[in-house]
Amino acid sequence: MKPLVLALKERPPERLNLSPLLPHLLAGKTADEIARIGVQTTRRPITVGDLFRVRMGDARGIHIEDGCDRLDWIGHGMASGEIVVDGDAGSQAGRLMTGGRLTITGNTGPWAASGMRGGEIEIRGATGDRLGGSLPGEMVGMRGGFVIVRGDAGERIGDRLRRGTIVVEGRAGAWAGSRMVAGTIVLAKPAGPLPGYLMRRGTIVLGSAATLSPTFMDCGKQDLVALRLLAMFVARYSAPASKVLRRSLRRFAGDMAVLGKGEIFLAC
Amino acid sequence: MRKLIANGVRIDDTFAEAFGMRATALIVTADSAAWARQAAATMTGFATSVIGCGCEAGIDREIDEKQTPDRRPGVRVLLFAVSTGELQKQLAARVGQCVLTSPGSACYAGLDGEESLKLGNALRYFGDGWQISKRFGGKHYWRIPVLDGEFLCEATTGLTKQAVGGGNLLIMGESARTTLAAAEAAVKAIARVPDAITPFPGGIARSGSKVGSKYKNVKASTNDAYCPTLKGAVKSALDADVASVLEIVIDGLTPKAVADAMAAGLAAIVKLGSRRGAVRVGSGNYGGKLGPHHFHLKDLLP
Repeated sequence: MKPLVLALKERPPERLNLSPLLPHLLAGKTADEIARIGVQTTRRPITVGDLFRVRMGDARGIHIEDGCDRLDWIGHGMASGEIVVDGDAGSQAGRLMTGGRLTITGNTGPWAASGMRGGEIEIRGATGDRLGGSLPGEMVGMRGGFVIVRGDAGERIGDRLRRGTIVVEGRAGAWAGSRMVAGTIVLAKPAGPLPGYLMRRGTIVLGSAATLSPTFMDCGKQDLVALRLLAMFVARYSAPASKVLRRSLRRFAGDMAVLGKGEIFLAC
Repeated sequence: MRKLIANGVRIDDTFAEAFGMRATALIVTADSAAWARQAAATMTGFATSVIGCGCEAGIDREIDEKQTPDRRPGVRVLLFAVSTGELQKQLAARVGQCVLTSPGSACYAGLDGEESLKLGNALRYFGDGWQISKRFGGKHYWRIPVLDGEFLCEATTGLTKQAVGGGNLLIMGESARTTLAAAEAAVKAIARVPDAITPFPGGIARSGSKVGSKYKNVKASTNDAYCPTLKGAVKSALDADVASVLEIVIDGLTPKAVADAMAAGLAAIVKLGSRRGAVRVGSGNYGGKLGPHHFHLKDLLP
């Protein structure tokens, strides 16, 4: 399958809204029709044709070449197919995605995978704050699917995470899994202070020691079948994260400041 | 009745009449093969016949640790019942009392069905609020805290409506010893057939039954036509040289599994021959009017 290629000609003069560029929305459209799609975020109209060289292909796969940090909402609401961004992406990449696969070879801004419901996202570089988190006013963040970040991630990974799995191979910022409702986060490298801050339920696995809130209670070393299954699932995407899950892990229950049915597993 | 003879064993020109059933399968794992076997044996105990046990259940096969969902030694168990409701009831009761309680066990779906039965979804309440739901890789699991750690159980398992119960072989011999030898050989061969079980003790039933009785409250009673002690007293189906009869009942997830199992059993009996094993093999039916599946012995011969 030859993908549809959108090559960025130059750094755009403003932030762009790339949410109309989804495989299921572009299916059956001609090169002219695609070139006329508006992607501006100000009153001045900007079309795909103004900024990208369009090379037609099967729209089930979209390749964005020479991505940059001004390309927001890439894969917003994506339901199927594949989007590959060669380079960086702006904020909210893969927000509200329900299916398909989004790959970003560079870095992304904040709120990647925010409110995601299904599908897979791979970020090969670093990502900003609130990966898979909720936007202000939303009761829950990510609620399904799988996200892997090869580089570092910012603060509050999986804020209000409801379901789904987030794996970060690099370092993670403070308050990872803050206000988690449920779901799973695996952090292979050191995480910032207070992971699981006010988490209600859910699982956070830390490959390296972190400053835990005193509201997490030590439940001792555990060797659980559930973690073995999780390790086997994660191994499809990430060898380092899978390795962490196969280590001897100590279980901490919390956050006792709230419901207290969550857990942090700390490699020891 | 015309008789076929193979290796000295007379094969009746008759058929097994079998019925449609609802069935499900589970994979039970544990830290060792012995404990996986123990959990499976316990949950399939007292499951010989739907007449008195609610379901028929048995071990389909042992599964190598490379093949199980959690890479621990496991056993695949099949359960058969006459209705979806009864199957659900038996499944929850048996897994709850026999697998949940067994040290180090975990329980997974053993069948992809168009419909599903509650597994962990029925047992999770044992966690008293501490149960944890986990979804990943397209699967849904429940983690229930127990005294040796956690009982991990998949939320649902598949249900099939294509299952068949009541495939059978009537093995007749000149003595109890040779008849049992033939029956044991047949059970051993059937154990290797996938998707089929022999629910009776060691796979063998010595109390083959007929429908009805002279007593109005008794639904099934001894099959007097095949009882060697009544040979002269009733309209017997037995020949002069038959002194002992054993029955093998087979349930399978598909009609093909039952046919394969009967063929494997028959082949083992024929291979053993009439001198060391059975002199005659028959099969039970109700004249072909009750059950939709007919397995003719002559079609199953090797």
